[in-house]
Amino acid sequence: MTITTTPAAELASALQKGETTSVECTTAFLDRIEATNPTINAFLSVDRDGALAKAEAVDTARAQGKPLGPLAGLPVAVKDVLCTTDQKTTCASRMLKTYKPPYDADVVRRLREADAIILGKTNMDEFAMGGSNENSAYGLVRNPWDTDRAPGGSSGGSAAAVAADMAPLAIGSDTGGSIRQPAGLCGITGLKPTYGRVSRRGLIAFSSSLDQIGPMARSAKECAMLLQAIAGHDPGDSTSLNTPVPEYLTNLEKPLEGLRIGRVAEHFGDGLDSEVAEHVEQTFAAYEAAGATIHEVELPHASYGVPTYYLIAPSEASSNLARYDGAHYGHRWDGTPSDDQGITTFDSPLVEMYCRSRAEGFGPEVKRRIMLGTYALSAGYYDAYYAKALRVRRLIRNDFTQAFEKVDLIGGPVSATPAFKLGEKTDDPVSMYLVDLYTVGANLAGIGGISFPCGFTKNNLPVGFQLQGPALSEPLLLQAAHQYQLTTDWHLQRTPAISS
Amino acid sequence: MTAESHHPFTTVIGLEVHVQLQTETKLFCGCVTTFGSAPNTQVCPTCLGLPGSLPVMNRRAFDLSLRAALALNCKIASFTKWDRKNYFYPDLPKGYQISQFDLPFSYEGHLEVTDPKGAFEPRNVRIIRVHLEEDAGKSMHDETAGTADSRIDLNRTGTPLCEIVTEPDMRSPEEARAWLNELKLLLVYLGVSDCNMQEGSLRVDANVNLHIPQPDGRLAKTPIVEIKNMNSFRSVERALIYETERQWGEWQATHAEIGSMPKQTRGWDDSAGVTRGQRHKEESSDYRYFPEPDLVPVTVSEEQVATVRATMGEPPAMLRKTLAERWHIPAYDADVLVNQGPELVEYFEDLANKVGEGKVASNWMQQDVLRMLNERGGRIADFPVQPAAVADIIARVKKGDFDTGRGKEIFAAVLETGKPVDEVVASMGIAAVDEGDLQKLCEELIAENPKIVADVKGGKEQAAGGLIGQAKRKNPNVNPGKVRALALELIRALP
Repeated sequence: MTITTTPAAELASALQKGETTSVECTTAFLDRIEATNPTINAFLSVDRDGALAKAEAVDTARAQGKPLGPLAGLPVAVKDVLCTTDQKTTCASRMLKTYKPPYDADVVRRLREADAIILGKTNMDEFAMGGSNENSAYGLVRNPWDTDRAPGGSSGGSAAAVAADMAPLAIGSDTGGSIRQPAGLCGITGLKPTYGRVSRRGLIAFSSSLDQIGPMARSAKECAMLLQAIAGHDPGDSTSLNTPVPEYLTNLEKPLEGLRIGRVAEHFGDGLDSEVAEHVEQTFAAYEAAGATIHEVELPHASYGVPTYYLIAPSEASSNLARYDGAHYGHRWDGTPSDDQGITTFDSPLVEMYCRSRAEGFGPEVKRRIMLGTYALSAGYYDAYYAKALRVRRLIRNDFTQAFEKVDLIGGPVSATPAFKLGEKTDDPVSMYLVDLYTVGANLAGIGGISFPCGFTKNNLPVGFQLQGPALSEPLLLQAAHQYQLTTDWHLQRTPAISS
Repeated sequence: MTAESHHPFTTVIGLEVHVQLQTETKLFCGCVTTFGSAPNTQVCPTCLGLPGSLPVMNRRAFDLSLRAALALNCKIASFTKWDRKNYFYPDLPKGYQISQFDLPFSYEGHLEVTDPKGAFEPRNVRIIRVHLEEDAGKSMHDETAGTADSRIDLNRTGTPLCEIVTEPDMRSPEEARAWLNELKLLLVYLGVSDCNMQEGSLRVDANVNLHIPQPDGRLAKTPIVEIKNMNSFRSVERALIYETERQWGEWQATHAEIGSMPKQTRGWDDSAGVTRGQRHKEESSDYRYFPEPDLVPVTVSEEQVATVRATMGEPPAMLRKTLAERWHIPAYDADVLVNQGPELVEYFEDLANKVGEGKVASNWMQQDVLRMLNERGGRIADFPVQPAAVADIIARVKKGDFDTGRGKEIFAAVLETGKPVDEVVASMGIAAVDEGDLQKLCEELIAENPKIVADVKGGKEQAAGGLIGQAKRKNPNVNPGKVRALALELIRALP
C-alpha cells in the first residue's frame, strides 16, 4: 500500500485494523509535501512537529483501546483562512504575515475533537479573493496536472494538495465557487454546504453572507466523512443553522432510481469549452443510465449572478477588511517616508498610518474589491448598486426555489474551461470574474453544491461536473456524486509525476 | 432667568442622548462591562474585532432597551435588524460599529417634563426613535510636549448603548436640562442605566437654532448647530445658553439662515465657557450603512412586549402622584423625594411607615436626611443611619423627651459617632429637665445678669434671649421656650 495514493476512507479502515499507524501515514504525507510543495506551493506552512505529536498521541490512545474521534489519525490540510492557535493564519496576505490567532476556528476545534491530524495551512487567493490562486502574497499555486496552469481558486492550495497526494482530506471555503471551481480544475471532489450548515466562527470573513466552509477530498464518500466532522450548530455563529446533522455516510449507497436532475440550457451557451460540454453531457447520460431523469429547467436571472455577486461580495468585504488598519495587529507602516502608491497628502499622521499600512499590506485584487465595495455602499450609489444587488439576489434565490419544485438537483459544468494557463487572465479582471459564472448562484441562494471530476480533456486536464441542490440537500448531493463515482474512475486518476 | 427671555426669538432645541445599558455583559459577546478596570482586561476576540470573530446578540440588553422604549411611550417594531456603520478610528477595532439604521427597534414616543416651581409650562417632548448599538472604546491622547502618544482602552468596546433622539421640541436651555433630568430619573428608576455622566454612561449632543419672527411675518431660522462634548447637564444648559447668544449675535451680523451652509458641529469648552467650531471634514461623513450580515434580524412578539411591560416598575411621573396620595404629602415634597432616585424613595417610605405620619417623615427627609447626605456626599444606600433610628428620634420628640432642635443634634451625633440612639442620648446626658431644676437655673441666671434684667425691665423683652444661650451651656437639655417663659416671669416678679 502506498499511503499517499490510498484514499482517505481506506486509510481510515487500515488505521482501525492496525495495518498502519497515524505516525506512518502522517510521515508519508509530510514527506510527500516536502518533495512536492516546492513545485506546487500548495502549503503556506507545514506543522511537522505538531502533526507528528498528535499522530503519536492518537496511536497511543488507539493502542490503549481508548475511544477516538471519527477522523482519528487521518491527516487534513486546512485553508489558511481558518484560525488556528498553534499556527500562523495569514489569509495569504502580507497584512497578516505574522498573525497568530488566540482562538481556534469552530471547524478547527471540531477537527481536533475528531482526532484528525492537521498537517498545515494551505495557500489561497489573498483573503479568498480570486479564482486562480495567483493572488497570494506568498506565491501562486501550480496545478498538479499541468504546472503551467492555475489550480483555480480561491481554495487552490487545498485542491492542489489533495490532487497531488499531499493530503487525503482538505478544508476549503467557498464564497462564489472557491471550493467547487478549484476542485473541478484539479480533478477532485469538493462540496459547498448550505449556508449556515458549517460554523463560520474563526473563518476570516471575505463576504459574510456568502462564505461557507466545506470539505475537499478525492471522492464524495471522503467529503461525507469530513463534512460529518465539521457540520453542526454553533451558538457562537448567529447565522449557523440549528437543525440536526444527518448521517451523511449511511445515505450514500442508495441507488438513484427516480432522481430528477435539472439541466439549464443557458449553461451550454457561448464560452463553454467544447470538451467540457461533451463531458458534462456524457455525465447527464450516465445519470440517466443509472435511473435518474433529466429535465430542462430555467434559472431566468442566472446571467445576473456574476454582477450581483461582484456588488454584494466586495461591499461586505470593504467593511470586513476595514479592521486591518495597522492599529491593533497585522501589518503596520514602519514610518519610512515614501511618496509611492500615488498618495502624498494626508489629513493627519493617523490617516497616513492607515493609508500606508493598507497600501503595503493588501495586494492589488484585495484593493480593487475594497474600492468596488466602498463605492457600491457610498451615499448616492447605494440604491443603484448594493440595494439593487440585494433585490436581484432575491430573484436568483426564487429562481432556484422554483426550479427545485420540478427537480431534485440541478446539474451542469463547474467552469467554462479546464484549467487555464498561469498569467492568462491576470491582466483582465472581468474575464477572471467570469470563472465564477456557474458557481455564484449557489452562494447567492445559500444552497449546496458539489463538484467532482467527470472526465479529462485530450490534454489530460480534469473536467468537473457540478450538482446543486436545495438547502440542506447535502445527503442527496453526496449520494448522487458517490453513485456516479461507483461506476467511474475519474476521481481515482493520479497526476503525472511532479518534477521540481 | 433664561438667556433669551429678553430677545425676540424662540430657541429650538433637540437632543441626542446615548445611554449605556446596565447589563452584566456586552451587547455581542460575554465580556463584563464593569467600569474602571485596568485597560484592555475586559476583552475577547469578538469585541477586539479579531479576524474571524462573530457577534451574538445579548437578549438581556435587548429586553432592557425595550423597557426604556416602552417607558418613553415608543412604538415597538415587530421586526428589527442590525446595520454596520463604517468609519475608521483606533477605538473602533472592527472599522465599523454595529448599530441600527433604517429599522430601529422603537420609534415615535414622548416624555413630558414639568417644573414644580413653574419656571416653564409642562412640555411634552416627542421622541423620534430609540435604537440599540454597541459602544466604541476609549482613546486617551497624551499631548504633553513632544510626545504625541495615544492609548486605546477597549474595555468599553461593545457595551450596549441606547440612542434616544428627540424632536426639536424644547424651547429653552433650562427646559432641555430639566428634560434630561427627567429622562435620567426615568432610566434610573427602570434599572435601564445608572446614567453616570462622569463614567460616560450617559452622553448628550444637542441641536439648536433660533426662530426669529420677521417684520413681514416670515419666520427666519438660523443654521442648526450640533453641540458636542458636554459632560454634565449643567454644561448642556450653559452650552445652550452660550450658543443661543452666539447665534443671535451671528444673526444680527450676517442674517445667515438655515440652508445657507452645511450643518455645523461645535464642541463645548467647559472651562472657557464657549463652543468652538470643529473642522468641516469631521462633519460630513459617509458611514456606508448596510445590513449586518453576521447577525440575524430580531423579531419582537406582543407577548415579549407584555412581559417586559409587566416587570417594568413605576416610572417617576406616576410615582410622584402615588407618593403624594399615599402619604398625604404636598406635590412639591413628592417631587423632591422622587427626584432623588428610587433608593431615597425607599428610605422615605420605610421611615414614613415607622413614623406613621408622612408629612413629618417628609420634613425630616428634606431638612435633615437630604442636607446630611449632601454634606457627606455619596448615596442614600451608603447612609449609615437607618430609618428605624430616625423614627426613634422622631418618636422621642413627639413624646416630649426633648424638642425638635435637640432631636436634630442627636441625629447629627448618631451619624457622627455611629452609636445607637439610646447610647447617644445617654452620653449627651439628655433627660427631661425637672421643673425645680429649671426654676433654680433661671434664678441663677437672673442673679448673674443684672444688665439683661434691667433691659427687660426697661421694656426690651428680646434681651431675655441672652439668657437662653447661657442656660443651654449650663444644661444642654433645657427647653429654650420654657427657659424664656420662666425667666420673663421671674424678672417681671422682681421688685
